[in-house]
Amino acid sequence: MLPIMEPPRPGCKPPVMDATENRFTEEASAPAEAVLGYVYDEQKQGETAAMQFNREQLLEAYRKMRTIREFEDRVHIEFSAGGIPGFVHLYAGEEASAIGVCMNLDDRDKIASTHRGHGHCIAKGCDVDGMMAEIFGKDAGLCGGKGGSMHIADLEKGMMGANGIVGGGPPLICGAALTAKTLKTGGVAVAFYGDGASNQGTTMESLNLAKAWNLPAIFVVEDNGYAESTSSNWSVSGTQLGRAAGFGIPAVQVDGLDFFAMYEAGKEAVARARNGGGPSLIHAKLNRYYGHFEGDAMTYRGAGEVERLRVEADPLTFFRKRVTEAGLLEHSQLDEIDTTVKAEIDESVVKAKAGPMPLAAKLLTDVYVSY
Amino acid sequence: MSKKSFRTAINEAMAQEMRRDPRVIVMGEDVAGGQGAPGDDDAWGGPMGVTKGLQPEFGRDRVLDTPITESGFIGAAVGAAATGLRPIADLMFVDFMGVCFDQIFNQAAKFRYMFGGKAVTPVVIRTMFGAGFRAASQHSQCLYPLFTHIPGLKVVVPSNAYDAKGLMIQAIRDDDPVIFFEHKMLYDDMDEVPDESYTIPFGEANLTREGKDVTIVALGRMVKMANEAADLLKKQGVSCTVIDPRTISPMDTDSILESVEDTGRLVVVDEAHPRCNIATDISALVAQEAFGALKAAIQMVTPPHTPVPFSPALEDIYIPNTAKIIEAVRKTMR
Repeated sequence: MLPIMEPPRPGCKPPVMDATENRFTEEASAPAEAVLGYVYDEQKQGETAAMQFNREQLLEAYRKMRTIREFEDRVHIEFSAGGIPGFVHLYAGEEASAIGVCMNLDDRDKIASTHRGHGHCIAKGCDVDGMMAEIFGKDAGLCGGKGGSMHIADLEKGMMGANGIVGGGPPLICGAALTAKTLKTGGVAVAFYGDGASNQGTTMESLNLAKAWNLPAIFVVEDNGYAESTSSNWSVSGTQLGRAAGFGIPAVQVDGLDFFAMYEAGKEAVARARNGGGPSLIHAKLNRYYGHFEGDAMTYRGAGEVERLRVEADPLTFFRKRVTEAGLLEHSQLDEIDTTVKAEIDESVVKAKAGPMPLAAKLLTDVYVSY
Repeated sequence: MSKKSFRTAINEAMAQEMRRDPRVIVMGEDVAGGQGAPGDDDAWGGPMGVTKGLQPEFGRDRVLDTPITESGFIGAAVGAAATGLRPIADLMFVDFMGVCFDQIFNQAAKFRYMFGGKAVTPVVIRTMFGAGFRAASQHSQCLYPLFTHIPGLKVVVPSNAYDAKGLMIQAIRDDDPVIFFEHKMLYDDMDEVPDESYTIPFGEANLTREGKDVTIVALGRMVKMANEAADLLKKQGVSCTVIDPRTISPMDTDSILESVEDTGRLVVVDEAHPRCNIATDISALVAQEAFGALKAAIQMVTPPHTPVPFSPALEDIYIPNTAKIIEAVRKTMR
């Protein structure tokens, strides 16, 4: 188990006052190791426990992660074939984060997502057929075809929307957490955001506000190493844990490929929030298998990087290995899920393609409740 | 019924709605004031005292001071509105929208449409605007045209205390995001304001003067000046209708068009900068829909296309005034 604690701030050497010279100095820190992508640390396996889950929960976790993977792989194919309008940003490779955190949530809880939001939608229980139809711009979409991939939302499920604005979500979940606190619902609110959004002022303001108001808020930095085409090794000054520490917010860095580690970190953060302990930050190290958007040639990535990550850093493969080696599940049970999920996604694509486009009259509706 | 200031009218509206509905909360910088400080609680009640007394009555759980963090707390107000509260967020000066506009126009304004009609975002953003306070370029602007441009937002610009109370209560009960503009030069203006709660519907203009020669449309503080101009002109034999739209999104276009059909002459007075403002918007509307009724070119009375100056000598000539309105009316009569 990875405890959330006042962060040790690895790699983050705070400036210290040199009393003799009365000026700030900073310890030289070693240059960041040039690692292409985040690779699962086998050593850490023993630190997390799969044993606490019953069989049904493990099957459910795998089924949801497989649903995200299958959904994204299929959207990739359909987009390449020209059937999907606009932009899509795929979450494949990051499944353990959304599912690990959201398996700690219930109907009281809210999440805000990003432009890369399909995984969070599935994790919070959005209807997959409705999502697929939305991405195709169809009337049966979760938002009636008016939102598309970047704006899928289902407020009844507590999914406050994917968001086209980088850094749009953190202030919103401060509001959702304030609602939970004010109305005493017991709920918590979670912002998933990337390493890119971690540099936005909105994110810093939200960390400060969440602490000042002692909100039941959880900030999950999904650090896939790239903000669009720019490396987080270059763009993120200091560290995510150091930033959280600066706001007095407990934080932990987690292996984002490890469902169990993400679940444990989420569990502690949710418990802290529900118990009035205020906000937490989880820094998940993970990877994306696809480009920033579909159509991104990814010339900024290293030679063979993605191919290697698909083999060496697949959260679904690790999950399978863990639960089968521990004798908790059989390969055949997971294979069966793979088959079932593939059929479900096939079906959702067939339905989405066959469904009608929104009627022209829908252009003018839903701007206001009343006007 | 008693005489109350514009400030007291808005305060009373918020307090009455907070008593009626526990989901109504107030947040903003120094809305109570004194948080964490050694002196008084409720030290300020906002920089103009509009929220004074709310924190002692409703407590810090419902009257929330914020850090100076407009993106953070305006976004939080929007998120709270989308999840079940009815926040009133105080964006102190509308000039500060520059640091939080994303939360207003990309988030609040668009949730309902983007999410296929399934979201409601009942947030009220109160904000001060307008010149005359010697507050210079970054604390004096009239930025309501920018918000009016955005589908999904409602924009309210009251011109007097009676309207301010009724429109504020309507704004709080409204299920859409409302930007509520308070002209800082009106806070001490007194008016007969009923003690009880009442609402004024959005999209219904108020005819503050009725006449047959010229239609004057004015907003906010400019309504006072238009009324003064109309009263002076009446003594000179020119009778004017003065229309106060009260809300500019939605806007009561019917009342404006009907009046121009009667008078054939239009003057629009707008304290916002002259390009792409409410005056140009109303002028375009009338030119398109009532061209045949016009007996003279439409006149627009606005400040020049400059930032608001600091020096009293310059600010006084920057702001539209009664003399400029009379001159514009005279032009339509030639």
